[in-house]
Amino acid sequence: MTTHTHSVDSRTGRPLRWLRHSLILARRSLAKTSRNPGAIVNGVVTPALFLVLFLYVFGGAVAGSTDNYVQYLFPGIIVMGAGLAGLVSTGTNINIDLKNGVTDRFRSLPISRLAPLLGSVLADIVRYLIAVAILFLLGTILGFRSHGGVTTTLAAIGLAVLFGFCVSWITVLIGVMVKSAEAVLAFSFLTFLPLQLGTSLAAPTTSLPGWLQSWVHVNPVTAVMDTCRALLNGTPPGDRLTTTLIWCAAIFLLFCPMAVWTYGRRE
Amino acid sequence: MFTVSQLLTERSAVTDLGLEAHELTKRFRGNTALNGVDLAIPRGQVLGLLGPNGAGKTTLIRVLATLLRPDSGTARVAGYDVARQPGQVRRRIALSGQHTSVDEELDGRANLVMIGQLLDLTRRDATHRAEELLSRFGLTEAGNRRVATYSGGMRRRLDLAASLVGRPQVVFLDEPSVGLDPGKREELWQMIRDLSSDGVTVLLTTQYLEEADTLADAVTVIDHGRVIASGTPAQLKQQVGGHTVNVRVNDPADVDRVAAILTVVTDRTPARATRHQLTVPVSGDDDFFQIAAELRRQAVNVSELSLRLPSLDEAFHALTDASAATPTPQRP
Ligand SMILES: Nc1ncnc2c1ncn2[C@@H]1O[C@H](COP(=O)(O)OP(=O)(O)O)[C@@H](O)[C@H]1O
Ligand SMILES: [Mg+2]
Repeated sequence: MTTHTHSVDSRTGRPLRWLRHSLILARRSLAKTSRNPGAIVNGVVTPALFLVLFLYVFGGAVAGSTDNYVQYLFPGIIVMGAGLAGLVSTGTNINIDLKNGVTDRFRSLPISRLAPLLGSVLADIVRYLIAVAILFLLGTILGFRSHGGVTTTLAAIGLAVLFGFCVSWITVLIGVMVKSAEAVLAFSFLTFLPLQLGTSLAAPTTSLPGWLQSWVHVNPVTAVMDTCRALLNGTPPGDRLTTTLIWCAAIFLLFCPMAVWTYGRRE
Repeated sequence: MFTVSQLLTERSAVTDLGLEAHELTKRFRGNTALNGVDLAIPRGQVLGLLGPNGAGKTTLIRVLATLLRPDSGTARVAGYDVARQPGQVRRRIALSGQHTSVDEELDGRANLVMIGQLLDLTRRDATHRAEELLSRFGLTEAGNRRVATYSGGMRRRLDLAASLVGRPQVVFLDEPSVGLDPGKREELWQMIRDLSSDGVTVLLTTQYLEEADTLADAVTVIDHGRVIASGTPAQLKQQVGGHTVNVRVNDPADVDRVAAILTVVTDRTPARATRHQLTVPVSGDDDFFQIAAELRRQAVNVSELSLRLPSLDEAFHALTDASAATPTPQRP
């Protein structure tokens, strides 16, 4: 401490500081994941179990053969892996940071209040991509083949991850709102249970009883799964793509600002 | 509002304050944590903020560190208004909270480098700064180990190091020596003294009176969210009780006779500290000499006769007891 000139100010003029800070904090989050890969395991194991279970227990009944059924089932499993299965970890980690002094330190630094939250969610994206890659390997072994081109396949994955990114903000909001990590788990579970259960994952909407059909149809997860399924099977997704993008935008625009606002105001 | 802030600007220019607070209040659901706190610390000085649990110390620090918005009142830290220029304030402060705020899962070095990068240092500069601080805090060896494996003392040092990455002008330390053994506490104190001699303004909360006594240039005592006393440690001791005379006799049978003398001279009822010992507050040296003369005249066999200032401990208790005796309304 010999000088008090602001050497720290040297780069503040640069644009996109918030993005750079978010990436630094994403790296922190990933460094923690590498020591504790539970989140990725969670993001892979649950969808993998669903894949195997549906394929071999219900496969024949729905589509006549396992080979046909894997083409139907697998895209939905990707959507599960890219967000739905592993996402409680973000909310939990943010909540734990709030409890010890880490968040106080971040909030007393001259960085955007968005950065710690965005950093956490960006780290999620990396986790989702790893989960999707592992699932793709498993799907290929079980007989899945993408009938879209490389670009379309990547677009389907991108869409699943985009959706994961947007719904992550729901658990982030839960993470900054509730008192304890256990409560984050409970609330996230309750929020995502209907989203996860009532989908077109295992069977087309039309095969379901009427009361369930209407929910499954409005469930945003169904729209994403339908879109990815169409893209990966080389058929046009039609208005399901539009519905997916609208849902993504709506969820992001609602939950991200609310989470950042709550985070900034939390006492 | 405008004139007040102008006034404050002028004042900090003239007296060069590192930090000042004006009539700060903060309520949590009807529970008043800060009830009109005034505070000023000249640049480069250490202010000890004393107060019992729940007095509002942490709340005050969080308001000054821009983590909480006050309900009313103003504060300037390093010359900037905490409510209107929080970004400027955050560039110049560091906070070492009641709970350590380093990341358990990362190693010590990574913690410091990350903070450097968040403060917009290049990776090279951040690494360099981290190395510098690790060596200054005796953590070079431990730098590659996860913080989870650190002892309490090492964690505290890393936490302080993390606070200093950005070369702050004002440092807030909330109960920094909690959980440290006496040797480690001395070490921490030396680091705080070094900060102060480098011109850093330090606001330190503590429940250890000894800590405030040895470190602080000035002490502010708060209770129920109000400042109940402030001054140098010596001034506080004076303000509270002035001096006490302490008489110890060889023969317990003499105690009553001594008590009578003390009562006559001081006009106060002495307290019986032990079977052999009496103490009484006195207003000045004269009382002491009169007591000595009277004891000699009546030939009382005395084994000890002393005049002393209260400890900061006694001053603190006297102050907080007095403030408890006149409770402030919690719900305005
Ligand atoms: N986030 C909070 N929500 C509600 N009450 C709080 C909160 N933080 C502090 N308080 C209350 O404010 C008062 C002052 O607390 P605090 O500043 O932590 O005191 P200290 O640090 O001196 O022990 C206490 O009565 C405490 O219960
Ligand atoms: Mg406290």
